[in-house]
Amino acid sequence: MTCDAPAPAAPPSPAGPVWRSYGGKRRTTRTLRVRVSAALLAATVLAVLLVPPLVQLDQQAVDLAAKLQAPSWEHPFGTDDVGRDLLLRCVYGLRVSLLVGVAAALTATVIGTAVGAAAGALGGWADRGIMRIVDTVSSVPHLLLGIFIVAMFRPGVWPVVVSVALTHWLSTARIVRAEVLSLRSRPYIDAAVSGGASRWRVTVRHLLPGVMPQAALAAVLMVPHAMWHESALSFLGLGLPTHTASLGTLIQGARGSLLAGQWWPTLFPGLLIILPTLAIAGLAGAWRERINPRRRSELML
Amino acid sequence: MLELRAITAGYDRRAPVVRGVSLTVAPGEAVGLLGPSGCGKSTLARVAALLHRPDAGTVVLDGTPVHRWRHRAPRDRRTAFGVVFQQARLSADPRLTLSDLIAEPLRATGRRAEAPERVAELAETVGLTADLLTRRPHEVSDGQLQRACLARALVLRPRWLVCDEMTAMLDASTSAALVAVVEDYRARTGAGLLSVGHDHTLLRRWCDRTVHWDDLRAPAPRPAEPVAAGHAPA
Repeated sequence: MTCDAPAPAAPPSPAGPVWRSYGGKRRTTRTLRVRVSAALLAATVLAVLLVPPLVQLDQQAVDLAAKLQAPSWEHPFGTDDVGRDLLLRCVYGLRVSLLVGVAAALTATVIGTAVGAAAGALGGWADRGIMRIVDTVSSVPHLLLGIFIVAMFRPGVWPVVVSVALTHWLSTARIVRAEVLSLRSRPYIDAAVSGGASRWRVTVRHLLPGVMPQAALAAVLMVPHAMWHESALSFLGLGLPTHTASLGTLIQGARGSLLAGQWWPTLFPGLLIILPTLAIAGLAGAWRERINPRRRSELML
Repeated sequence: MLELRAITAGYDRRAPVVRGVSLTVAPGEAVGLLGPSGCGKSTLARVAALLHRPDAGTVVLDGTPVHRWRHRAPRDRRTAFGVVFQQARLSADPRLTLSDLIAEPLRATGRRAEAPERVAELAETVGLTADLLTRRPHEVSDGQLQRACLARALVLRPRWLVCDEMTAMLDASTSAALVAVVEDYRARTGAGLLSVGHDHTLLRRWCDRTVHWDDLRAPAPRPAEPVAAGHAPA
């Protein structure tokens, strides 16, 4: 074969290259989504952490002369029906909601992972028994069960956390069990057993680290859900006492003024439920794409 | 003496993969088990290494039957076997570095103190350089990973080795190197070997004795069924 001189390079066409890749564009959308979500979440967290210490105002300060004022420079979110500043109330409410969301999601994930890993690792009768209990508990509507648990305590933040956590570990338990079952049949578990590993060691050293990405993803997705539950319980008047600002109590308290045409006491707390939810869901979606087994080089078959 | 007596095993009691198979490996003997793909030789290897409980039949180890175990065989029995599987990629925990991988059996049996010394010694035996030991399975080649898996199988100084298609995924020089490591270990310790495979030439050269799967089968073999028969209505 003769070695020809390289063919003259094609003249750059004004319409751009012939080959078009859509991969770059799709990656850009994903990056944009991650960045927007991260920025929103960061803004929310910063607001929650920084506004109360910086703005030395009393969120409970009643000013009946300034009641139900529309958003203005003085009160960017307006005031509520007893003249409290809504921006401040919303930030405090978000604080409580995020606290409940994160605490409940963490507790639910720990319970769910423990139960799911126990069922998956023990197998046999233990597995069947545990999963039937899970099925039984999940056959009760979980908002109803949550109301029942909350009703046993005095109103406050921790009863709500307990109620949301105790009703939301079931899906995590199912996810973790399924993952453990699939990992358990891999040859590296056989190799560990042959090397003398006890059942406990196999579970803790080889199975649980393998399910951690999935469990963590479930936990992250649980945070907005738990926030919604807190709002729902408070809206029903069962969660937090009415004077404690939470997104749910704010919306609940604003129902009357909404009917009278004052939209701001409902809109802003509502937006503050939706925005962090979307931001967390956006980040979790990107994370889920990352831990997709097809993209994980170490488990490529 | 490792005796498999009339083993019936499988993953569904109604359709066992292995039916009434008997096989004996004397101490220090190397037995090669040949058979076509899917015949059940890997399952038999798992039974021999006490990783799979047979539905019927007994595994007799040095004259005492290993029996009455529900999920796992007793630990001291299990660790008498070093097992190497066909797919190194799947038989290594993806989160452990190669040195942790090799040391894992020592840690699991409470002999953590010996680990650094044994790992260095075995890495040299199987031909792994020090920089490879800090990598994780997805950062090394199949051949390098299989070397680490062989080192892990030898780390507890087993009296029996079970190699399930150890060299099937490897190139000729790596295969030869690993077989040499196994032979060297056996020459020093007098360990017995059950090597499963379908490579006649390799197993005949490697082992003292090769047996073909068909010669192990029970007198009444399972009738040959066409593959599609399982899906057709009766």
